[in-house]
Amino acid sequence: MDEVILEMKGIIKEFSGVKALNNVSFKVKKGEIHALCGENGAGKSTLMKVLSGVYPNGTYQGEIVFNRQNLIIRNISDAEQVGIAIIHQELALFKELPVYENIFIGNELHSKGFVNIPAMLAKTQALLKEMKLDVSPYTLIKHLGTGQQQLVEIAKVLSKNAKMLILDEPTASLSEGEVEILMNILAGLKAKGVTCIYISHKLDEVFHLADNVTVIRDGQSIGTVGIKNLTKDDIVRMMVGREIVDLYPKEVHVTEQEILSVKNYTVYDPNELNKEIVHNVSFSLKRGEVLGFAGLVGAGRTELVAAVYGFHAGKCSGEVYLSGEKIEINHPNDALQQGIAMVPEDRKRHGIIESMSVMQNMTLANIENYRLQLDSIDNCKELTDANYYMGKLKIKAPGLDALIKNLSGGNQQKVVLAKFLLRKLKVLILDEPTRGIDVGAKYEIYNLINQLASEGIGIIMVSSDLPEILGMADRIIVMNEGRINGEFINQNLDQEQIMHCAVGGATK
Amino acid sequence: MITQIEGKKVAVAGDKKSLFKSLFNFDVKTYTMILALVSIWLIFSLATNGDFLTSRNLSNLFRQMSITGILSIGMVFIIITGHIDLSAGSLMGLLGGIVAILNVWFKFDGVVAIGMTLIAGLAIGLFNGWLVAYKKIPAFIVTLGGLLVFRGILVGVTKGTTVASLGPEIKFLGNAYLIDGIGIALGIVAVGVIVYNTLNGRKLRTQYGLSTVPMPVEVVKIVFATVLIGLVVIVLNSYQGFPVPVLILAILAVIFSYILTRTVFGRRVYAIGGNGEAAKLCGINVPKMTLTLFAMHGLLVAIAGILLTSRLNAASVAAGQNAEMDAIAACVIGGASLAGGVGSVGGAIVGALVMSSLDNGMSMLNIETFWQYIVKGAILVIAVWFDIATKNKK
Repeated sequence: MDEVILEMKGIIKEFSGVKALNNVSFKVKKGEIHALCGENGAGKSTLMKVLSGVYPNGTYQGEIVFNRQNLIIRNISDAEQVGIAIIHQELALFKELPVYENIFIGNELHSKGFVNIPAMLAKTQALLKEMKLDVSPYTLIKHLGTGQQQLVEIAKVLSKNAKMLILDEPTASLSEGEVEILMNILAGLKAKGVTCIYISHKLDEVFHLADNVTVIRDGQSIGTVGIKNLTKDDIVRMMVGREIVDLYPKEVHVTEQEILSVKNYTVYDPNELNKEIVHNVSFSLKRGEVLGFAGLVGAGRTELVAAVYGFHAGKCSGEVYLSGEKIEINHPNDALQQGIAMVPEDRKRHGIIESMSVMQNMTLANIENYRLQLDSIDNCKELTDANYYMGKLKIKAPGLDALIKNLSGGNQQKVVLAKFLLRKLKVLILDEPTRGIDVGAKYEIYNLINQLASEGIGIIMVSSDLPEILGMADRIIVMNEGRINGEFINQNLDQEQIMHCAVGGATK
Repeated sequence: MITQIEGKKVAVAGDKKSLFKSLFNFDVKTYTMILALVSIWLIFSLATNGDFLTSRNLSNLFRQMSITGILSIGMVFIIITGHIDLSAGSLMGLLGGIVAILNVWFKFDGVVAIGMTLIAGLAIGLFNGWLVAYKKIPAFIVTLGGLLVFRGILVGVTKGTTVASLGPEIKFLGNAYLIDGIGIALGIVAVGVIVYNTLNGRKLRTQYGLSTVPMPVEVVKIVFATVLIGLVVIVLNSYQGFPVPVLILAILAVIFSYILTRTVFGRRVYAIGGNGEAAKLCGINVPKMTLTLFAMHGLLVAIAGILLTSRLNAASVAAGQNAEMDAIAACVIGGASLAGGVGSVGGAIVGALVMSSLDNGMSMLNIETFWQYIVKGAILVIAVWFDIATKNKK
């Protein structure tokens, strides 16, 4: 049992100058289930992508030793060849193809140049039995539930005779019963001598399954400890225990006057008609308040705020009151007319229009207010406003007419902010306002949040960055699996309390 | 920090730009178009011993291009929003048929028949737009269906016959020439607008510290434009005068270029094509805009259809066949991207001129029809290939 099957030494992986992994070393013993824990963005998934060949050899530094051999992985099939297989967070199945074709895709069994369907069917049947998955090999993937799909994904990996299985958040979308099946399968695999690396936020599962735990924080490995010598609190402390430098210039401007109130909001999945992502959530916001929404990725925070703004693609129900009056928001334009704006989470997809200039992006949400006779745009006013915000937010760009795609992430984000600041706002929703931007730009955005709060604007800040939420929010709502799991006034709070609540623990 | 350094670099590069460089610092796309047009004209002039460049032929060429040009104006709006219209040719044929039937069979007054046809174009455009915007059927499918349906209706209604001999009002639109003075006056107005726009734009840009091209370059550009406009007016006048369809094209081009570049509406068109989701997040009602655009396009197709019937003095079953391909090709040659977000009315019209020049020149040389198809198809693919190749180099 004590033989080391995998050792990763000194792994460094950079993304355009930012170190996602900084000298990570990681050892896994043969036949164990090894849990990998860390906050969102700590570098867990990046490390596993290095191991499984998603990031090929040469795009990172460091070495990988597998089965006592120095491993050079150029692509995913190299990794599969030696027996390393990964199941990603987002499933990679073909929805319109049947189960058996999905399992053998890219590795089709064949004889005499033809695909050997009977052999594939037989093997699929055996695998499904092993998985205790009661479906026909002919079933189309789209007709399976998410949990069953996950199991098919595992079957697919097993068909390749993997020696090492990497599971990235496998239970994020599973129901209780399915989790149990998965646990049993993993225990069975362990008995067969398959090594597992298990990434999860759910500490209960980690304690249930794992032999050893490695914690990664800010791209560095904090340590590997045997599960028997640990408590949950120890892991949480290891996950969040960074020193907080005073990055957050918090000012308090919260008033007693309620400005926004959301009642009984339920949000449905845009793809599955009756699947609820957010269950019956109510909250309120005061003038000048910064309300933080904490939680893990997938807790339903983004869907909730997008639905309030009228931007969610799926169905939603519930009531929104602005300054005590009930308002109907069916489209972002309704929200904007009422003085509610949202800076989206995915800047590239929802925030900017790459083919347009800095100025055109900045004025787009306010363009109706530059209208002169014959629908023409008041160039003078547009330029004045754009120029003003370029200076005020210290946007660094070659010029107002430079294409926005040539700006850095931080400056793009400032343009997106300016876009809504041009309007008279009452409520500003910020979804991950500082994701992927540098410290300097972050600081400026925090200052801007202070200033807006001082003007009496209510701010909702969704963030997965715990120090940021603790640093900037007046009040924190923690969501878990589509529900509000706790609400805290931000006084003498620490990250562990929030984390505990976010992973589903009861409020202390 | 990184951006700051980038910003400085750009500023430095801007300062060093020589006069000569900024004179030729258009888009690569502008070069492609002009180069293509000049080389095509050159080849035809040599092949026809100069007959291609006679004022008579050029006047005809402009008249021919006006129909493709008008279709391209509508098409470029559709393409900028990331959609496509494959039914434009069939619809143009159908609407041309409607105006002829109303005028010839039902003896409606020419003006009334034209009015009714315009309304029909608008209505069909609205219907197409409704299917695309609110029923979420891809425009490719809706208009592919329309391509067959509209042609089918035309054949059915006319029973395959040609509807001929239209009233004088309708004939006037496609065939008449205006007296010399009007052409000259239009030319002067055009130059005046260009000068005013240039100076005004410069003033604004300087005021807000935006980069401006040196004044002499601006002057050279104005002189160049003036010479070009002057040449067109002289050429047209030295034949029979300013053709009415060319005038209609010019007026529509100015109006729709204004809409696309200067108005709130136009800004939203680009936004939708660039990133529909982001546009929605900015409060833009994307379906309503799409509906409006298709309706507008239907109206333009109606105008083109009326001109086509008028020029031929008849509506035939095959009228407007493959015209949508010419229009789409014109937009693409003129720099529009089928992915959406990019394109211009001016480009589309130059593109239409390229396509019409090919038609005109090859007909003059009595080149067989099959060669005409092959050449036009090849030019389209080469134009896009060139565009992609130059883009990748950046």
